[in-house]
Amino acid sequence: MNKLELQKTANEIRKGIVSAVHSAKAGHPGGSLSATEVFTYLYFEEMNIDPANPKMENRDRFVLSKGHTAPGLYATLAERGYFPKEDLLTLRHLGSYLQGHPDMKHIPGVDMSSGSLGQGGSAAVGMALAAKLQKKDYRTYCLFGDGEIQEGQVWEAAMFAGARELDNLVFIIDNNGLQIDGDIADVCSPYPIDKKFEAFNFHVVNVADGNDFDQLKAAFDEARATKGMPTAIVMKTVKGKDVSFMENNAGWHGKAPNDSEYEQAMEDLKKVGEALCQK
Amino acid sequence: MSEVKKIATRESYGNALVELGKKHDNLVVLDADLAAATKTGTFKKVFPERHIDCGIAEANMMGIAAGLAASGMVPFASSFAMFASGRAYEQVRNSIAYPHLNVKIGASHAGISVGEDGATHQCIEDIALMRAIPGMTVINPSDDVEAKAAVVAAYELDGPVYLRFGRLAVPVINDRPDYKFELGKGVVLREGKDVTIVATGLCVASALEAAEKLAADGIDAKLINIHTIKPLDEELIIAAAIETGKVVTVEEHSVIGGLGSAVCDCLSANAPTKVLKVGVNDVFGESGSAAKLLEKYGLDGDGVYRSVKAFV
Repeated sequence: MNKLELQKTANEIRKGIVSAVHSAKAGHPGGSLSATEVFTYLYFEEMNIDPANPKMENRDRFVLSKGHTAPGLYATLAERGYFPKEDLLTLRHLGSYLQGHPDMKHIPGVDMSSGSLGQGGSAAVGMALAAKLQKKDYRTYCLFGDGEIQEGQVWEAAMFAGARELDNLVFIIDNNGLQIDGDIADVCSPYPIDKKFEAFNFHVVNVADGNDFDQLKAAFDEARATKGMPTAIVMKTVKGKDVSFMENNAGWHGKAPNDSEYEQAMEDLKKVGEALCQK
Repeated sequence: MSEVKKIATRESYGNALVELGKKHDNLVVLDADLAAATKTGTFKKVFPERHIDCGIAEANMMGIAAGLAASGMVPFASSFAMFASGRAYEQVRNSIAYPHLNVKIGASHAGISVGEDGATHQCIEDIALMRAIPGMTVINPSDDVEAKAAVVAAYELDGPVYLRFGRLAVPVINDRPDYKFELGKGVVLREGKDVTIVATGLCVASALEAAEKLAADGIDAKLINIHTIKPLDEELIIAAAIETGKVVTVEEHSVIGGLGSAVCDCLSANAPTKVLKVGVNDVFGESGSAAKLLEKYGLDGDGVYRSVKAFV
């Protein structure tokens, strides 16, 4: 896909996120919208996957350690063809396979159950280690929230990955700057994020705009070219991206839009989509 | 009687892993800087490339095990019971059990028989924690023979298993030609009509000793060895309770949430029976030799004998 196609796809995924969370009357739009470009890039460009064969043995793996942004992952998987897009409206409903947090047992394309923060990195390390032990060439990607890296287990996983030189592993930090209680720097600052990962023997790529596909491509290409150590991509993003009233607002971390807010959000996204069609 | 052979079940664990490792390339062993104590070091000597030392980071070890299992390998994640079930409880619950991943948890140094290290290392809550998790199989073998068989059975089962081992060398009581390990099946070691003793782990040997002493006093005790605490052999326990009318459970674990609770859960619903729970009575352990601790907490042969005698 070229950049414009990726942007249009991301716009569709954002509509899916907002619709799913509105239908669920609960969920986490802010961090789903900040990570939409990276979801899109991974599933439409970077990863070796097959929606018709979600368990393909040598597929690249993705672990959503910040599992509360499941709407972002689900909307991406639906857009990619893993399951019908209309199912997104069953998110969090009793009886739906689209659980509030990723459930690998029931959702096609979900490689790891997650949701309890800090745990996904270790599972991703296990997958990358399994590739090394079994001499397979698949790659493993793991997405963390920037608040999430306050969890100590993230650094246990990072220490192991660095020590084992897992160059088939990429940690991605969605640095949208906000967590439930406010600005991450005020709550309990994880900064400097890049220097921490460097100290844990990661190759670090700082991405100034993680909502820009050119910058994401450069970062993932650099990660792929890096040998002998894992890569951490620390990307600055906008929480709630492309929905005017959600942007950079911690209040939209874990809240669903009401009907009028939903209309406004979809209108915002429609305008973004129309602007892309003018290009 | 000739001198009874004694082997710690953690030794059995290490030895069984080596045998299994020879047969199965997908078996990997994880440890958290305790390989010398959990005895996975035995496996490491033979298969260094399949022994992964995660360092002192049990939560991460459990997550790595989950990732390995999700990628088709069969990891045995090993640590002391305190850290495997306690420190890493939520990783076991959410990263391993919720997705029902094929991870085996090898937990050594369970119970007060850890000895001199004292209360911080004497896990007496692990059975309670692990059996509360949906889909978790919990096995507490009584001796070397049973422990080795349990490791094989755990490998053959597709799903998470918690294996409980001890530090202390314990008598080999199952060394007989017809011994067969069946997951979820209790073993009747002695028939009796006056009371049923249901024991698990190293307390099975204590209960055997107690049953002989009781017999000398004219009390005829039936003895059941429960190696699989979950799923529990309910049929056997219900039948024994109906047959003998009284039940005593014996375990090197808190009386809250362990075998005793599992037996009470079963009997209260199916065959209400008076049950005495012998175990650690809602207190922490302490430093001391394993033998002295088992004596003090009433879990040696004499202690079990006195408890049962007072109960019937």
